[in-house]
Amino acid sequence: MTLISADWAAALYLAAAVCFILALKGLSSPRQARRGNLLGALGAAVAMVTVFLSTDLDNLAAILIAIAAGTLIAVPVSRRVKMTQMPQLVALFNGVGGGAAALVGLLELDHAAEVGSSLAIAFTILIGAVSFAGSCVTFAKLQELMTTRPIVFPGARWVMILVTALAVTSVVAVAVTASMPLAITLLVLGLIAGAMLVLPVGGADVPIVISLLNAFTGLAVASSGLVLGNILLLVAGTLVGASGTILTRAMAAAMGRSVAGILFGAFKGGSSAGSTAIATDRPVRSATAEDVAILLGYAQRLIVIPGYGLAVAQAQHTLAELTVALEARGVEVLYGIHPVAGRMPGHMNVLLAEANVPYESLLELDDANSRLKTADVALIVGANDVVNPAAKNSPGSPIFGMPILDVAGAKSVIFLKRSMRPGFAGIENELLFEPQTTLLFGDAKETLSKVLSAVKRT
Amino acid sequence: MMDGVTVLTILVLAVFVGFEIVSKVSSILHTPLMSGANAIHGIILLGAVIVAGRADDTATLLVALVAIVLATINLVGGFLVTDRMLHMFTARSNDSGRK
Repeated sequence: MTLISADWAAALYLAAAVCFILALKGLSSPRQARRGNLLGALGAAVAMVTVFLSTDLDNLAAILIAIAAGTLIAVPVSRRVKMTQMPQLVALFNGVGGGAAALVGLLELDHAAEVGSSLAIAFTILIGAVSFAGSCVTFAKLQELMTTRPIVFPGARWVMILVTALAVTSVVAVAVTASMPLAITLLVLGLIAGAMLVLPVGGADVPIVISLLNAFTGLAVASSGLVLGNILLLVAGTLVGASGTILTRAMAAAMGRSVAGILFGAFKGGSSAGSTAIATDRPVRSATAEDVAILLGYAQRLIVIPGYGLAVAQAQHTLAELTVALEARGVEVLYGIHPVAGRMPGHMNVLLAEANVPYESLLELDDANSRLKTADVALIVGANDVVNPAAKNSPGSPIFGMPILDVAGAKSVIFLKRSMRPGFAGIENELLFEPQTTLLFGDAKETLSKVLSAVKRT
Repeated sequence: MMDGVTVLTILVLAVFVGFEIVSKVSSILHTPLMSGANAIHGIILLGAVIVAGRADDTATLLVALVAIVLATINLVGGFLVTDRMLHMFTARSNDSGRK
């Protein structure tokens, strides 16, 4: 006995699908984004109520308990997570979604009536498992449970080729035979492939992999929609798969890399350019916090360029305080945000929003570059590669072609750095040796609070 | 299985909608967007519930329940963290409006 008819259920699923589209659309503007997300949640709630009312479900109590258990796990984690840990949490949520899709596929195998269904099931299992294992490895890398450096072992490429070949064969075999042992083999192959896909990816490229795996899970969900004959799963999964693919490409382009280069670069060898860094004893100009405070205090326009180091040092709140102190003295403070600053694209914006920096003062790349030409001071906090002129000037450099924040136009450039060590890409930054550059060494949070108290004193 | 042509139509249209929506998203919001899209595919919970609802042996039911727990974490957690992130954007824009 069901409470609502199949037609009503289809209409409600359609309404939920529209909610999801509007949710993604809402995210295009900061003012509507929150409402958009709530609309997405509403769509999900409508869909879940619909499935309970329109389907004859056994094991109802067990189902409700499992949903309650999942909610009890998700709520405290989501409430407590620090904004700096957001990328690994997104990776984890993505992974469990992929895992769920793979399991749904596996269990549907017994109901598969034709080759088409079994093929969709095999696809769901494979992609879901790849996404689950890949996301787990991504999580481990971002949480620093394992090294963030690319992991490549001899013959890795051949193992990957072998696993891929076996997986494709198994997909065909599962589609034809609908055999459960084969499906489980496929699941295991998917897990191995997922882990092998992410292991050789270096820390800086991991965000792009999260986005890619997000698209993968979307595809697995879409495919499970085919299996279950459910339009909402098909539409929602496809939306995520399509938007995730575009987003992945946009992010890769912002880093001047190709998605294939990121995934398979380490296999070819020589992708990490650590050897190009020349150990130099060239003179640089370093200053004290007081010198920097004076430079900042008498500037008219300051552009701050925050990077990954800021997030690591958890210095975004100190930076925001410094901004307020400088604005009180009449300094115009703006932020130049590189598209890939932070640990995932757009991450820096979230961190600065958390520290109450108004988003109106966050400039995107092109806007920041035109303002930098007239800036008195460019303050670079924990960033390096995103301001490295090698991306423009030296065609041999691994980051050549990546759009950068061009600080050369600013009257003076201040670098807050931990050490002279080159950035993630391992390339010497010529900017450090320019005459207008001043360096202030130390942990970003400590040095910023020293500068802050010096600004308050003068 | 649904009728093949209908499925293909829906699939192609959804792909284009997905492409269109994202091409307009400001890079400021890339992280919440990724997280929001992530929450949406948590709707696999619906599939997990259907599968659990027709499970007729204990092993199948147990696996389906695991899928439900995983999918719920994805769905509920995804929308919650996205809201937390976006709350910080909105809260601040109200502040600056008051200035």
